[in-house]
Amino acid sequence: MAKATARVIPIASTPDDTGAMVSMFAKEATIHPRAVRGWFAAWRWVCVWATQLVFYGLVWLPWNGRQAVLFDLEARRFYLFDLVLYPQDFIYLTALLVVCAYALFLFTAVAGRLWCGYACPQTVYTEIFLWVERKLEGDRQARLKLDAAPWGAEKLLRRGSKHGVWIAIGLWTGFSFVGYFTPIRALWQESLATLGLAAGAGLGPWEAFWVLFYGFATYGNAGFMREQVCKYMCPYARFQSAMFDRDTLVISYDPARGEPRGSRPRSLPHDALQGQGKGDCIDCTLCVQVCPTGIDIREGLQYECIGCAACIDVCNGVMDKMDYPRGLIRYATQNGLTAGRSGIEWRRVLRPRVLVYGAVLVLITGAFVASLALRSPVRVDVVRDRGTLARLVGQGAIENVYRLQLMNATERPQRYRVAVSGIEGASAELRGEAELGPAASRWVPVAVRVPAPSATALGPGAHALRFEVIREAEGDQPEVRVVEKSTFVVPR
Amino acid sequence: MSDFFSAGWSLYVAVLTVVGLAACLILLIIASRRKVMANDNTTGHVWDEDLRELNNPLPRWWMGLFVLTVAFAAVYLLLYPGLGSYAGQKGWTQQAQHQAELERARARQEPLYARFAGMATADLARDPQARGLGERLFVTYCAQCHGSDARGSKGFPNLTDRDWLHGGEPEQIAKSISAGRQGMMPPMAAALGSGEDVRQVANYVLSLSGSPHDKLAAQLGRSKFAACAACHGAKGDGNPALGAPRLNDDIWLHGWGEPAIVKIVNEGKVNQMPAHADRLSEAQVRVLAAYVWSLSQPAAALVSAR
Repeated sequence: MAKATARVIPIASTPDDTGAMVSMFAKEATIHPRAVRGWFAAWRWVCVWATQLVFYGLVWLPWNGRQAVLFDLEARRFYLFDLVLYPQDFIYLTALLVVCAYALFLFTAVAGRLWCGYACPQTVYTEIFLWVERKLEGDRQARLKLDAAPWGAEKLLRRGSKHGVWIAIGLWTGFSFVGYFTPIRALWQESLATLGLAAGAGLGPWEAFWVLFYGFATYGNAGFMREQVCKYMCPYARFQSAMFDRDTLVISYDPARGEPRGSRPRSLPHDALQGQGKGDCIDCTLCVQVCPTGIDIREGLQYECIGCAACIDVCNGVMDKMDYPRGLIRYATQNGLTAGRSGIEWRRVLRPRVLVYGAVLVLITGAFVASLALRSPVRVDVVRDRGTLARLVGQGAIENVYRLQLMNATERPQRYRVAVSGIEGASAELRGEAELGPAASRWVPVAVRVPAPSATALGPGAHALRFEVIREAEGDQPEVRVVEKSTFVVPR
Repeated sequence: MSDFFSAGWSLYVAVLTVVGLAACLILLIIASRRKVMANDNTTGHVWDEDLRELNNPLPRWWMGLFVLTVAFAAVYLLLYPGLGSYAGQKGWTQQAQHQAELERARARQEPLYARFAGMATADLARDPQARGLGERLFVTYCAQCHGSDARGSKGFPNLTDRDWLHGGEPEQIAKSISAGRQGMMPPMAAALGSGEDVRQVANYVLSLSGSPHDKLAAQLGRSKFAACAACHGAKGDGNPALGAPRLNDDIWLHGWGEPAIVKIVNEGKVNQMPAHADRLSEAQVRVLAAYVWSLSQPAAALVSAR
């Protein structure tokens, strides 16, 4: 891809009269980022280890006789350690997403694309796959040479083994992902059976499909697509400009310090550079070589930059070798750069916008956690019969029929009692007792009877009624009372 | 079954679709090459002193995916209906897919009921799993008319009492569910005589159950009751074979009191229970009938023997 290298753009451009045609679909060259070590690179690897230990490890954790984290779509129960969540609890997922969104706004406003560079699965898996590639095919120079080399035994062996390891990682990722929805130990037995290594039922068609789908997605995205996802597919790159402002810490090259760039004798001390008309940048292009998206950070903030700080690490290394102060490329705010300030001014970073995001985040997270902690272990929904709106029974008493959907959100069998209030003399009749198994839900028919004098006193029409579902205190379980509103109809 | 009432519309849809797909490909080809405009990679135009527009190439994989989607569309339209009334090579229809899903659901259900195949009704009524199945079947299929608690309402029988119009044995209940029932009472006013005669018979009927009534009218109506006894029995005991209700209990399906009885005698009554044989399998009917039977049994009898 041709990129403008001239620093000054001519005002009047002259059309090219050669009539040459250019294809509008260009094959992008594979980017082989050079290996880098440094403070930020270390933190990136910490994030890789942390996220992957959780993703691959959590799914194997047992809890209460089942998997700790299990989203049983078929039974419509979502298990999260001690919590049993019903589809009616989707509001918590919404709240979680809102929390994630505000957290994103907060740390993006503070320090730019922290998510992209350190925690995004695309970056994390690309890092892992690049590590495999580096181990099997060599460093950047070796890989560039291998790309250009003709197909032979060695190329086949290196490429083949790399793709083999990639496919294995992809399959294991797909398998772990599906393991969050189907108990993973059973899934493992089924996989072995499908491969003929064990007896028993094989993988179901949908399980097999999703394992292969996510495996293929991991292999394709981390092995081939890499920065193409960040550059063309992911919307985050495109709306970063809406999230940054002039006080956001972004990875910046300091042109005031670095320009004019160019090579100079090694022996020239730092203080003498200005006199010689040289900036700190020695134009080693290492910052370009380590960049996973292939940009030159010296041209300023670009949408391709994912904020991985590899260029910072490598430039600091060069500065150390040249005996210059570090920070030629550093996290800096736009305001700070223009005013020629170095160092992070926390007072300007923690500005009103950031504080507001932080406050909102704390409030919503607090509400979310409190709501989950105070969640009732039984849910009640009242559905009144419409076919039998009201019944005259006995000596003028009125009966209404309801169905209560009781949802047991614990993993122990429970027994509930139903009572009504709000209308004088109203009594609820339940056939037997409402007994529910662990995590079970059940429709329980209830007839509410109001004796004749109360019914006459109420008059015809719909009147407010309250259902109370009570679980008595038992052992270590406290009493639980859930109140749901409904209406009682007295016919004309 | 075609969704188009004229072949013209079918052709219109097919042509538009194919032209659309072709147009996408043609657009791709036309836009695939451009002349080099200026030596700085811009289109050559300058707006507002220094605004320029670049025209960078798209990545080749994007074009590859585009072509793949067009190819997928072509294969899809060959295999499945999409081009008007063309049925597609695989002969897929909504109706056939629905039928297949019904078959699969039925096949999945059968093992659930296999356990109950030889069980007697009393055992079914005690088995907690059978009761649970029965309860859910009831709430789905029966509760709309008979009420969620099965106590019915005007015109819809109470299934928890011991008064059965067509018999309360499990086999009879099962037959009611699968084949449905039709109760028919003809208007009897002509057979009885005048309006006053009807009123007297109504009061006699009320006296049979000990309900408040006009004693004199009841005495006079006693002899006229013979017209009713043919179906309802000499003492008003009812006749399950005919579906004739019991008149000497305190259960009034179609309304209580003299006016209600007079109305029925004058106008007759047709009361229908729909047949469920199409919706429920035989095994389901058995389990449901056992559940309904259990509703009218004293609770002690239903505790499972452990």
